[in-house]
Amino acid sequence: MMNSGIDLGSGDIGILNYAYALEQLEAAFYKQVTDTPYSGIIAAETALLTDIRDHEIAHREFFKNALGAKAIPALEVDFSSINFTDRSSVLATAKAFEDLGVSAYNGAGKLITSPDYLLLAGKIVSVEARHAAYIRDLISNGSFADNTVIDSNGLEISKSPMEVLMTASSFLKSKINASNLPTS
Amino acid sequence: MNITQIITEIEKSDPEFLQKVDSRREGIKSFNRFVGKVTLAALPLALGGLFKKSYGQTPSGVIDVLNYALTLEYLEAAFYQQGNNVAATLIPAGPAQQAIATIGSHETAHVNFLKAAITGSGGTPVNSPVFDFTAGGLFADVFTNYNTFLAVAQTFEDTGVRAYKGQAAALISNNDVLTAALNIHSVEARHASHIRQMRKANGFGDVKPWITGKDSGIGEVVQASYNGEEITTQAGVQITGINNFSISTNAASEAFDEPLTMMEVLNIVKPFIK
Repeated sequence: MMNSGIDLGSGDIGILNYAYALEQLEAAFYKQVTDTPYSGIIAAETALLTDIRDHEIAHREFFKNALGAKAIPALEVDFSSINFTDRSSVLATAKAFEDLGVSAYNGAGKLITSPDYLLLAGKIVSVEARHAAYIRDLISNGSFADNTVIDSNGLEISKSPMEVLMTASSFLKSKINASNLPTS
Repeated sequence: MNITQIITEIEKSDPEFLQKVDSRREGIKSFNRFVGKVTLAALPLALGGLFKKSYGQTPSGVIDVLNYALTLEYLEAAFYQQGNNVAATLIPAGPAQQAIATIGSHETAHVNFLKAAITGSGGTPVNSPVFDFTAGGLFADVFTNYNTFLAVAQTFEDTGVRAYKGQAAALISNNDVLTAALNIHSVEARHASHIRQMRKANGFGDVKPWITGKDSGIGEVVQASYNGEEITTQAGVQITGINNFSISTNAASEAFDEPLTMMEVLNIVKPFIK
């Protein structure tokens, strides 16, 4: 399944394209959320969800510019499973995306060979973690770092690109080929 | 410091260094490759990798970073322990007490994890410093005033995030340690997000879960923990208004958290260490 479709590439470029793919997904999601707000949304939520949208657009466009000619094309998303008029559907998806993003960056760190790219991933992942905690608290106050994402050592549970893309693929019409990504 | 000086320094601390490198043909070959290729800025990293090859064990630099992280986790764990001990009079019952208990338990878990990681890597964990969370009277009411307590908590969490980020590159040659550090780093960011929401909800500071510009929402007293967060250019790419999207200066700064060096962090925590 992973051997056809849009090739992320290899080495650090592959990892940057992997991050670019995830940021495309997140940015498209929050754009839809702010374009068609769920019923009963309050001003504070609108303000912070708009912030998150802008952060994700900033991340996406940063990777696009950083990758230049090596960037993968714009991905086609599939949000048919999300009910954008319903708060709990939107926030459940937001939580899934943010937790997934954090686990993805954490899991990809060791695959990066350039210290500069590693630092950039670090600059982004903590912002994704701030988002994740906020979204989780919107759903249930106090769930910002519960044991579904944190292990008994107090460490975030990270995920490999293959695990992450398995989840992400259900929100993408475009097929991603991650077979050339580094694995160690 | 140039490469010759570095090697002279190493020889002082380990007279057999060159012999060890020499005795391993692969070691000296890769050494020459490194010297031929790396830029000066990357040298400590290259030497770290070389150490590992020559000594076949975790390089002391990685242990140093782990002990640095342990010191910061001691600080946070002790802070929340003391807060939790007086929770009845300090922290509102219910979700607030539960949140601080959760965060405290993570920090204690980080202490235990790092101690085990250091021992497991052949190092010796440093002992905990003795802390003064009033910082010599700067935060005199830290354990009697909920506002002050959350202000110090926010500063510790945001500083912790920046501290781990600042060490990522130093751990790049050790996948296991790097991954563990990243997995702690994001937990500190989750804590920071929640503490900031608590401060906002109580009207203690006009802050968001993320850091806007270099504003702490606390005051000049903690400014050193926030300086540099206002950056809006990443790897030479201007984020404000990038590719004609309406990304404000605030959003551009919020979208990326910035690192602090070990020296900057140690200066920040110094007032809290007796």
